[in-house]
Amino acid sequence: MCRIGAIKSLNYVHPSQALLLMQSQQKGHDNSGFAMVMQDLGGIFEGYKHLPTLSLACTDEGLKLAEDMLHAAGFQRVLQWVPETNPQPGLDINAMPNYVFETFDYPKAYKHATQQEKEELLLNMRLKLRAALEDDDMGFVYSFWPDVVTLKEIGDPRDIGTYFNLWQPDKKFTARVITAQCRQNTNYDIVRYAAHPFFLQGYTALANGENTFYQKNKEFQRKLHHGYIGFESDSQCFLYTLHYVHRQLGWPLSYYKHVITPLPFETIERRDDKEQMLAIRQSLSHLEINGPNTIIGVLPDGTLFTCCDAKKLRPIVIGRSSDTVVFASEVCGINEVLPDRNWETDIYPNEREIVVIGNRLEVQRWKQ
Amino acid sequence: METMKIHDVTPNDLPWKIRYDASRCTLCGSCVAACSFRAIEPKVERRRMVFSEGDLPEPKQRFSAVPVIRQAHSVKNYCRGCGICEKVCPNDAIGPVRNQDTRHPIVTRCLAGDSIKRGGRKNLEATVRTLDKLRVGRISQMTDPSLDAQRHTFDMLAPFGRILPAGKLPLKINEQGLLVSDGQAPPVRWIYPVVIGDMSIGALSWRMWEGVAMATAYLNEECGLPVRMCSGEGGVPVRLLKSKYLKYMILQIASGHFGWNRIVKAMPYMTEDPAGVLIKIGQGAKPGDGGLLMAQKVAEHIQAIRGVPKADLLSPPNHQGLYSIEESVQKMFLSFNAAFKFRVPVAIKVAASSTSVSVFNNLVRDPYNIVGGFFLDGIDGGTGAAHEVSLDHTGHPIVSKLRDCYLAAVAQGRQGQIPLWAAGGLGRTGDLAADAFKMIALGANGVFTGRLILQMAGCVGNDMGRCNACNTGLCPAGITTQEPALAHRLDPEKVAQNIVNYFLAMDQELKKLMAPIGNSSLPVGRSDALVSTDRGVAERLQIQYVC
Repeated sequence: MCRIGAIKSLNYVHPSQALLLMQSQQKGHDNSGFAMVMQDLGGIFEGYKHLPTLSLACTDEGLKLAEDMLHAAGFQRVLQWVPETNPQPGLDINAMPNYVFETFDYPKAYKHATQQEKEELLLNMRLKLRAALEDDDMGFVYSFWPDVVTLKEIGDPRDIGTYFNLWQPDKKFTARVITAQCRQNTNYDIVRYAAHPFFLQGYTALANGENTFYQKNKEFQRKLHHGYIGFESDSQCFLYTLHYVHRQLGWPLSYYKHVITPLPFETIERRDDKEQMLAIRQSLSHLEINGPNTIIGVLPDGTLFTCCDAKKLRPIVIGRSSDTVVFASEVCGINEVLPDRNWETDIYPNEREIVVIGNRLEVQRWKQ
Repeated sequence: METMKIHDVTPNDLPWKIRYDASRCTLCGSCVAACSFRAIEPKVERRRMVFSEGDLPEPKQRFSAVPVIRQAHSVKNYCRGCGICEKVCPNDAIGPVRNQDTRHPIVTRCLAGDSIKRGGRKNLEATVRTLDKLRVGRISQMTDPSLDAQRHTFDMLAPFGRILPAGKLPLKINEQGLLVSDGQAPPVRWIYPVVIGDMSIGALSWRMWEGVAMATAYLNEECGLPVRMCSGEGGVPVRLLKSKYLKYMILQIASGHFGWNRIVKAMPYMTEDPAGVLIKIGQGAKPGDGGLLMAQKVAEHIQAIRGVPKADLLSPPNHQGLYSIEESVQKMFLSFNAAFKFRVPVAIKVAASSTSVSVFNNLVRDPYNIVGGFFLDGIDGGTGAAHEVSLDHTGHPIVSKLRDCYLAAVAQGRQGQIPLWAAGGLGRTGDLAADAFKMIALGANGVFTGRLILQMAGCVGNDMGRCNACNTGLCPAGITTQEPALAHRLDPEKVAQNIVNYFLAMDQELKKLMAPIGNSSLPVGRSDALVSTDRGVAERLQIQYVC
C-alpha cells in the first residue's frame, strides 16, 4: 500500500517531519522510493516567493543543456541551491549526479505580462526542458513554479533521507505545506517521473490506491490540455482532473468529487441540482475514477484537501494541533508528528467527502 | 418405362428432408395441421400385403389404401426444418433432417427466376466470432479489490442524447459558488445499456409486438430497469402513442417513413414524450437494402397504421432527397428535434461499413449538437426479411467497426459526445451479457439486440439455415406472422415473461462481469480489461495479446 501524507502548518516545517510521518507507516519490503513537494517555502527560498524555482535531477550534460535553454529563453538565475549530499557506501538510493534547485527571474519581455501569461510560459518552459532532457535520461524536471520545490528519488526512503541530509532539521530548507509519498510506482515502469506527488501549475496531487479507469482517464485527458503528458502512473490522472476542473473549467473545488466520484443516478434524481449533476456526469464520465483511491491535493493558494472514492477502500486520517494539520494514510504517522494532539478530534473522512484545510487551518467538510 | 423426370423437384433437392416412421405414426394429423409451410401433407399409398391363411403356404395378396405423411415436393412449400412437426408428434414419428446434398439455392432460382428471400440471419458457415476470442483479462485483486456482485450497488445506465463537452455546458457559477444552469443543453436520457432493437409492428405479429412492449413496461415499472424498445419503422398503435408507455418507446423513421402520418397526427394528444427518435439509414444485415415487408404480412391493421394497401412494402435503400451527411443533419435531425420541441434525443442508425467512421466523424463535428447517438449495426444481425444474397454476402462485422469509431473519437478528444450503440450478432451464442460487456469495454455506451429477443420469445430459427422464414408470414412460432391462426400460437404474456426474466438474468451477469474488474459504473472504453488470445484481433482492436 502506498504511504501518503501531508503537513500544513502555520510555521515553516522541515522535511524531516515528512520523513518521520512516512517512516512509521512503513510495511515490510515497501521501500522503493520517496518523493515530496514543498510549497510556500521558507529558509533560503523565502525571499523569492514570487519567482519560479526549477527542481531538477540531472547529469552534468543535462544541467548544462537546461541552463543554456533557460538563458536562451531569457530567464536569469537569481538563486541556486545544491543540497549537500551524503553519498556514504551502502545506501539504497539510485541517485542522479546532480540535484539542483534554481530560482530564476522572468525574461525581461515578461515584465508587464499578466499572471496568466507567466503561468503559461513556465509550463511551456518545463515541458520543453523535459523533452530536451529525455534523451539518454539526461535529467528529470519535476517542477518549475514560484514557491515550489520537488524532490523525487528511487531507493529506501530512510537512505534517501540520509543521502540528502534530510533527517537533521535546519532553518534553510522549510515549507508550510509538504506533501509526500513513500514507494515508487508498482503497476507501471519504475521511473522517477512516476512517483507521487504530481505537480502542474500550482496544483499538487498524490494518491493511495489504483485507478481502474486509468485507460479511460488517460485517453480523455491527452486531448484536454497540452500539459497533460507523461501518464507514467495511473495516479497522474487525478492531478490532471483537478487542474482541469478547478483551473480550466473554473469550477469550485467542491465539484471535483462530483467529477471523479459521481453520485449514483438514484441519488442525483433526488437532488435539487439534479440537472447540473447529470450534466457533469455525462460530460465528464471519462474522468471518473472507479477504483479504490484516497487523494490528497494542494491548490495554488495553498489549500490542502483530501477526497476519497465512492467505495472508501483506502484509508486517510487527519490529525490537528493548534498550528499544524497532518494527513496520513495511517494514524501512527500522525502520532509521530503530533504526539500531543487531542486524537479525539482526528477526522476520518467518509466516502465521496472532501475535507479542506484552509490557510488559517480552518477545516471544512463537504459531504454530499 | 416412363421417361425419368429429372427436372422434378424431390425432397433430396430441398434443404431439409422429412424423417417419417409410418410404424410409429398414429395418424393423428397434428403434424400436418401444425406445419405452417404446408411442407408435409397426408397422402394415401397403395400397399400390397402378402399373407397365407391355411396350414400350408398359400400366398395371397391384398391391396389396401394406407394414409401416410409425405413431404411436399415444391420449392414453394418446402420444409424449413423448424421442427414443429416433431414438437407436436406424440410418438416421435416425424421430424426434419438436414439435407447435405441440397440443391435448393440452384433449383429455387431456376424455377422462380427471382432472388431468394428469407428471414434475416447470416447463414454462411458459422465461424468463431471475434467476441468469443476476447476475454475479460484484468481481474481486480489486492490493489483494487473486486466487488461483490450480489451486494454492491452498480450504476448501469448509458446516455442517449448529444453530450456537450464540459467547457460548453450551459453552466455558470452563482454567488454562493454553485453551478447553475445558464441556457439550454441537448436532451440526454440515461437508459439501460441494452436496448430492444428495432423490429416493426409489421414484421412482428401483433401479439409478439404486444409481448415485447409489455416486457418493456414491466422492466421499467416493476424491475427498475429503464429498458427502451425501438418501434422499428412502421408506426405505433395510436392507443400506445397516446399512453404513458410512450416514454419507453424509441420511435423509428426509416426511408419509407411508414407510419409517421399516424405519429404526426397523434402528437397533439401525446401525454408523454417518446424516449427518442431513431433515424434508420441502414441495417447491418442488409446494408444497402431497404426494409422488406412482403404483402403476405401486410395485414389489415398494418394497412391501417401505415396507410397503405395490401402490397409489398419495400423501403427505398436511402432517404430520398438527402445527398450528404451535412444536409441530413440540417434537414432531418433539425426537423425531428424541432418536431418534439428539442426535448427528445434523435439518433441515427447506420449499417457497419467501411465508411461508417467517415459518417461518425462528420456527425461528431455537427455544429448544432443535435445528433444524439450513433447506432451501428453489424453483419451478423437481422430479422424480418431480406434477399439472401444481401444477408450472406454484404456487410461488415460490428466489433472492429465499433472500435474504429470509438478510437476516432478518442483521437479527437470527443469520446462520449455522440453515444455509440452497437449491435449485430450480439447474443448469438445466447450470452448477451458477455457480448455487451465486451462491446462496452471496447467503447460502446450500450448495445441493442433484436434477433435474441425473438429467440427469447420462442423463435426456433438459427444461423445454420433452420427456419429463417420470417419473410413468408408463416412463422411457425407466431412471432413474425400476421396470420391469426399462427399468431395465436404465441402467448404474449409468456413472451413478456421470458424477456423480463432474460433481462433480469443478464443484468445479474453484467454485474458479475463488472465486479471482477472492480467497476461499479459501466466500463466504457476500458479496453485494458480485455485480452485476446488471437494476435490479429488484439492488434486490430488495440488490446492486450495473451498466449
